[in-house]
Amino acid sequence: MLTSRTFLKRTRAGAVMKVVREHYLREDIACGAAACEQCGQQPGEPRLEAQPSGAASSLCPAPHYLLPDTNVLLHQIDILEDPVITNVIVLQTVLQEVRKRSAPVYKRIRDVIANPEKHFYSFTNEHHRETYIEQEQGETANDRNDKAIRVAAKWYDEHLKKINNEETIQVILLTNDRNNKEKAVEEGLTAYTCEEYIKSLIANPDLVDRLACVSDEGKEIESGRIIFSEHLPLSKLQQGIKSGIYFQGTFRANRDNYLEATVWIHGDTEENKEIIIQGLKNLNRAVHEDLVAVEVLAKDQWVAPSSVVLQDEGQNEDDDENEEEKENTLKSSVSKNMLRPSGRVVGIIKRNWRPFCGMLSKSQIKEARRHLFTPADRRIPRIRIETRQSSALEGQRIIVAIDGWPRNSRYPNGHFVKNLGTAGDKETETEVLLLEHDVPHQAFSQAVLSFLPKMPWSITEEDMKVREDLRYLCVCSVDPPGCTDIDDALHCRELENGNLEVGVHIADVSHFIRPGNALDQESAKRGTTVYLCEKRIDMVPELLSSNLCSLRSNVDRFAFSCIWEMNHNAEILKTRFTKSVINSKASLTYAEAQMRIDSSSMKDDITTSLRGLNKLAKILKKRRIDNGALTLSSPEVRFHIDSETHDPIDLQTKELKETNSMVEEFMLLANISVAKKIYEEFSEYALLRKHPAPPPSNYDILVKAAKSKNLEIKTDSAKALADTLDKAESPDFPYLNTLLRILATRCMMQAVYFCSGMDNDFHHYGLASPIYTHFTSPIRRYADIIVHRLLAVAIQADSTYPELTDKHKLADLCKNLNYRHKMAQYAQRASVAFHTQLFFKNKGVVNEEAYILFVRKNAIVVLIPKYGLEGTVFFEEKDKPKPNLNYNDEVPSLTVEKTTFYTFDKVKVNIMLDASNIQHQKIRMALVEPKILGSDVPNQTTELSTNSEPEKKKKKLKK
Amino acid sequence: MAGLELLSDEGYRVDGRRAGELRKVRARMGVFAQADGSAYLEQGNTKALAVVYGPHEMRGSRSKALHDRALVNCQYSMATFSTGERKRRPHGDRKSSEMTLHLKQTFEAAILTQLYPRSQIDIYVQILQADGGNYCACVNAATLATIDAGIPMRDYVCACSAGFIEDTPLADLNYVEEAAGGPQVALALLPKSDQIALLEMNSRLHEDHLEQVMEAASKACKDVYAVLDQVVRDHVHEVTTLLGE
Ligand SMILES: [Zn+2]
Repeated sequence: MLTSRTFLKRTRAGAVMKVVREHYLREDIACGAAACEQCGQQPGEPRLEAQPSGAASSLCPAPHYLLPDTNVLLHQIDILEDPVITNVIVLQTVLQEVRKRSAPVYKRIRDVIANPEKHFYSFTNEHHRETYIEQEQGETANDRNDKAIRVAAKWYDEHLKKINNEETIQVILLTNDRNNKEKAVEEGLTAYTCEEYIKSLIANPDLVDRLACVSDEGKEIESGRIIFSEHLPLSKLQQGIKSGIYFQGTFRANRDNYLEATVWIHGDTEENKEIIIQGLKNLNRAVHEDLVAVEVLAKDQWVAPSSVVLQDEGQNEDDDENEEEKENTLKSSVSKNMLRPSGRVVGIIKRNWRPFCGMLSKSQIKEARRHLFTPADRRIPRIRIETRQSSALEGQRIIVAIDGWPRNSRYPNGHFVKNLGTAGDKETETEVLLLEHDVPHQAFSQAVLSFLPKMPWSITEEDMKVREDLRYLCVCSVDPPGCTDIDDALHCRELENGNLEVGVHIADVSHFIRPGNALDQESAKRGTTVYLCEKRIDMVPELLSSNLCSLRSNVDRFAFSCIWEMNHNAEILKTRFTKSVINSKASLTYAEAQMRIDSSSMKDDITTSLRGLNKLAKILKKRRIDNGALTLSSPEVRFHIDSETHDPIDLQTKELKETNSMVEEFMLLANISVAKKIYEEFSEYALLRKHPAPPPSNYDILVKAAKSKNLEIKTDSAKALADTLDKAESPDFPYLNTLLRILATRCMMQAVYFCSGMDNDFHHYGLASPIYTHFTSPIRRYADIIVHRLLAVAIQADSTYPELTDKHKLADLCKNLNYRHKMAQYAQRASVAFHTQLFFKNKGVVNEEAYILFVRKNAIVVLIPKYGLEGTVFFEEKDKPKPNLNYNDEVPSLTVEKTTFYTFDKVKVNIMLDASNIQHQKIRMALVEPKILGSDVPNQTTELSTNSEPEKKKKKLKK
Repeated sequence: MAGLELLSDEGYRVDGRRAGELRKVRARMGVFAQADGSAYLEQGNTKALAVVYGPHEMRGSRSKALHDRALVNCQYSMATFSTGERKRRPHGDRKSSEMTLHLKQTFEAAILTQLYPRSQIDIYVQILQADGGNYCACVNAATLATIDAGIPMRDYVCACSAGFIEDTPLADLNYVEEAAGGPQVALALLPKSDQIALLEMNSRLHEDHLEQVMEAASKACKDVYAVLDQVVRDHVHEVTTLLGE
């Protein structure tokens, strides 16, 4: 073991310090080639095939391995990820450089290396005795690395020649650097640029489209005028930020105006928190979400945020005269007090580019290969790509990645990555909305599936030893119809002492998902199951979600039970938790359970149990509401889907039954009991959920709206709010109360997960509970799995593991879970919006009654109770004379010509689908009643686009 | 910014070693003629010099003498030039006092002190160059010096550190790995009997991982033992051939 290393010292001279580090060179590093007999092969290898099965290349018909240099790997990762490209040697030199320069690319290449089908081999050349080289005097680190890559390529070339094979396998160095390539050829290596090689692939001409177009730095100056000023180097930016000349912030492009953006300054002073950037030159090639450095302009150049909607519609690249014209329109007519601190982008600290979904805007020139790509997210600029398959890509949803944005180019350059399918197709659109909301939805990998229990699965003696046998109890589950992932079941029975025993039994998912394995990591990454209108993206593989964990009736299942002894007044006398085995006697729907409770003829055990639960639930609910818990509402929509065409044929708001709230009540109680227990046991590491009280100003809109109907809403406490909401009734307007509750929902804050050791405010405002967590849905929420593990440790039913008691790791996890939950919610809404469109597409134009929910300066937001659909009716439109609008902030009301609109007014609107922009199909709403006096009703429009706009969307209270 | 990758996916550490491998250990015994015993030891770039005097009569206050065994007196120091930054290191600063104490404990456990009641054994160790694992290098050097002095011991005392990074125990941490701040144990072992002379741990390590780390550390100690034993044998061989002539 100690023999195979030679000793060598490497000195790194720093500013003052001299650092001496050992660098061991080894002889036992394998080349990774399957046919090689000289290298002692290590387990898990070889990775490179003896007969490389890569795509045939006209440049190099012989079998070969590819060896990309750093820049090829950094920029052409999309190509390397393609299944066609196999048998690639990734040098350690390259990997280290990539790791330093781009974390996302590093992760992607690591994933590729881990994929056995790709046959990528990472060769630790820096520690190999024959491939290590020292940096020579006067040589830059880059030159040294290029040389190291060539030396390694050379070594491979010679090493592979020694293999007894009919045909010697060649090594092809891929480099886009002209110098490096020349030197390589001089040294007798085969070297091509990435482009040359990809173009030579005989069977795969489409791959060329996916080449990133990275032009040489020098080339870009030659052609065309320079539009943008140079970005300052990072060192200068950091200096500037330190000395206060520049500010660092996240660049947020304006959704409605492509010539405007804001930069949020991180931390620091109270004033100047937000800087406006206006005009193409000031935006200086920054893209939404980039981390940028900005310089604040002199006060006389400050501008006001514009209210104009500007869509970048230019087709040609050379029409920046137009641009200037448009920029001027922004500046006109601004009053002094509207001016805000304005600035310009001087440099980019960190790009935050991801692959973007969108569509191709085909160039009008027939044979053109350069086309503009319009991303679905309007905050992203259009991207120029080169493709030969433009006709095939027309009307398709595609993914494009940005490669760079030269100074002389109006648009960034990018390349085609993937075709998702025809726009408007249900599958394609679902894929798009999953991608745009960053919902991990790939099929579970083999590595993940390997941690599933082997089938047929059965309960063993050992299992029974550590679990309480509760199969004799009359347990049943109550869920929505069609539910296959049943994670909770209940029972209630009378004890001999006259008290009641109530049990909540939760699927024991943490028994199957062990900490740290691939299955656990994948579930933690997904965070939650995402329910779309006709699709469910599971957090855990189906075998668990719909079978082994699902508490189906008449099978033995593992459960984590929370059992209370209560008196008939629903007061808890005793609480205990135990791992158990249950056998559910029935899986009921809410309606079935309700029917059993209501029908007086039924007297079986299940029904008796349900009645007991229902009785207790009512008491619990009353007590909770008396304590100040809020009952808010948001219209939830359900689609009736045609079983053949899978198109929505009807749309209906969800109806709530008594049994819904019965189940909910016990889930809340279980969650609270568990929260108390885990916090008691782990005051630093408990994963809890809190719901902060909203700042009072959030309620303004609700209070004002109620006032306009002569009602008073008090908002000083949750209790006052709940009480006044209850009293806010109007005899001639029964729907008013619901409207008020919908409005109240919009005032709320988001509930979030947090780690108890990192926070000291635990209060759950909506539930009026001092402490709360999630325990009852481990099949579809990862937070619950952690809570299960904590509780299992607390009752000594399972062992702990390091990450569980690391509050920083837990806090990181909470961050991911909160993000995933938020994105899942947006994805869900986007899915509803898309299905709503499909529905109205099939239905044609309809007129419906609606209520005004908000009054805006130039529009009203209406809610159609029948469909639970919300939309905006605009009173202004391009190319039409503007009606006379008068907005009163105090009441709030909007007077259009001579008609005044107040919140909660009943109106009639006309609904239709506007498919004129296929990428942004939307529901248009136009006012039918009341008629606007004094003007022939302009075609008012609304927005409810497929691409949901999270910030603007309703905030929903989630328990 | 991505931090330093301490263990690559291919299983190599920053300096090219695999997880369980030691740095190169080289040593010489009997480097000073005046002392009763002496040794110079390199463990990678960490270099230590150990000198042993004794057993001899108590020096200084006689009241410290122990009636049933010898007193082991240790002194640890670091040369001013031992780190990248030249620093005067006064004797008796907190760190070296602690190290002195550790050495004392280690060698009291290993030397058969009951053979020399009322006498004293002095062990002086100096780090000439520091690159992680200072304590371990000191123990290993002092073991050789003690053997050179002919002082009877229960067994060699072999020391080695082990860390825990990305769920893998790493043996014999160098400075870069130590500085990363992960959990780390220093183990001094009497390899034949598997007895622990000293165990020190800093930073938190979950109980579940302790066993693995301990296993790695004791494996490393045994590897050190193999090297030290060879050094002693070579030395003896050398000396006897000299005498034989
Ligand atoms: Zn080989």
